[in-house]
Amino acid sequence: MTVRKNQSALTAEEKRRFVAALLELKRSGRYDTFVTTHNAFILGDTDTGERVGHRSPSFLPWHRRFLLEFERALQSVDATVALPYWDWSVDRTPRAALWAPDFLGGTGRSVDGRVMDGAFAASTGNWPISVRVDTRTYLRRSLGGGGRPLPTPAEVDSVLAMATYDMPPWNSGSDGFRNHLEGWRGVNLHNRVHVWVGGQMATGVSPNDPVFWLHHAYIDKLWADWRRRHPGSGYLPVAGTRDVVDLDERMKPWNDSTPAELLDHTRHYTFDTA
Amino acid sequence: MSRPTRRRALRGAAALAVGGGALAALPRTTASAASAAAHEQDGPAPFDEVYLGRRIQGRSGGGHHHHGAGYTVLVDGVELHVMRNADGSWISVVSHYDPVPSPRAAARAAVEELRGAPLVPFN
Ligand SMILES: [Cu+2]
Ligand SMILES: [Cu+2]
Repeated sequence: MTVRKNQSALTAEEKRRFVAALLELKRSGRYDTFVTTHNAFILGDTDTGERVGHRSPSFLPWHRRFLLEFERALQSVDATVALPYWDWSVDRTPRAALWAPDFLGGTGRSVDGRVMDGAFAASTGNWPISVRVDTRTYLRRSLGGGGRPLPTPAEVDSVLAMATYDMPPWNSGSDGFRNHLEGWRGVNLHNRVHVWVGGQMATGVSPNDPVFWLHHAYIDKLWADWRRRHPGSGYLPVAGTRDVVDLDERMKPWNDSTPAELLDHTRHYTFDTA
Repeated sequence: MSRPTRRRALRGAAALAVGGGALAALPRTTASAASAAAHEQDGPAPFDEVYLGRRIQGRSGGGHHHHGAGYTVLVDGVELHVMRNADGSWISVVSHYDPVPSPRAAARAAVEELRGAPLVPFN
């Protein structure tokens, strides 16, 4: 059974294997298909039209399914690998071990944002940015460059306390847990972390930065934490909602699973915490 | 491949190449023309300026996608994918998680983020 661990608890060997599996997916071309899929949904999901991956109730099950697909791809390279998660409310500075050269590498240099160390630095030749929105082919970051700090544990707690999963109009204007976690409204958790990292992470092609997976693995864990805290609250809406994925509707692009089937993560993996 | 594929394009919706800022010459479907006309009454004002050495333009209508709220933004003649949020704020594909108040602000944020790099057409 796959156990997703806090990135700060990984051994040197676990980090090495995770990085090696990422590089192999990249080399084979499989990695970039995930970037392409994500950007297609970023561009296609709108508040007034069909919305599946973002700004909608299925933001959470869609990314859960997306991460499962990616984790299975990693495991086809190295069966011992699991996706780690980044609790950015605790490991909240560019000095965190997450950004060390033996793991994801650090922030970008000031002149052009280019990441200069670690396995994903352009100078290695192993991490070309191929699916892109501008002509720059090197991984960029500006950790904390936007000025606003990462969310605090108290801010996370304030969102976990929201008892209603989601509300009409089921988009970026909604009240409720999902949209506050996604960050279009309120204290802003998920969106703010993308902005804090900067570089490709702030764009539609955000999975170009491997930290995308660790960020979303933690967002996914917060959904699991929320479900435990509110056992009487379920996924909403339940049926008959135009342009929105209801509880028992299948999600694109896979068309093989529904939010209802993805509610229980323990069918696929567990976390290192209780 | 250097270009993200759009879901709309996959669906076969009108996906028209944009080049050189020839906005007025772009064909439109009847449906998008109607929705653009509807937005023109209450949409944001057009703009055309040089910001940090880049020409940025924004106009109601046009655009080769339905979800830009009937508004097209160009940076040096290449379309920047923008989107209007439910609360009236705007984002672009270059700064997707950080809403700003207007399409001009989205264009300026994109220019700052690009640091001189040309956009890649997204269709
Ligand atoms: Cu996403
Ligand atoms: Cu995200």
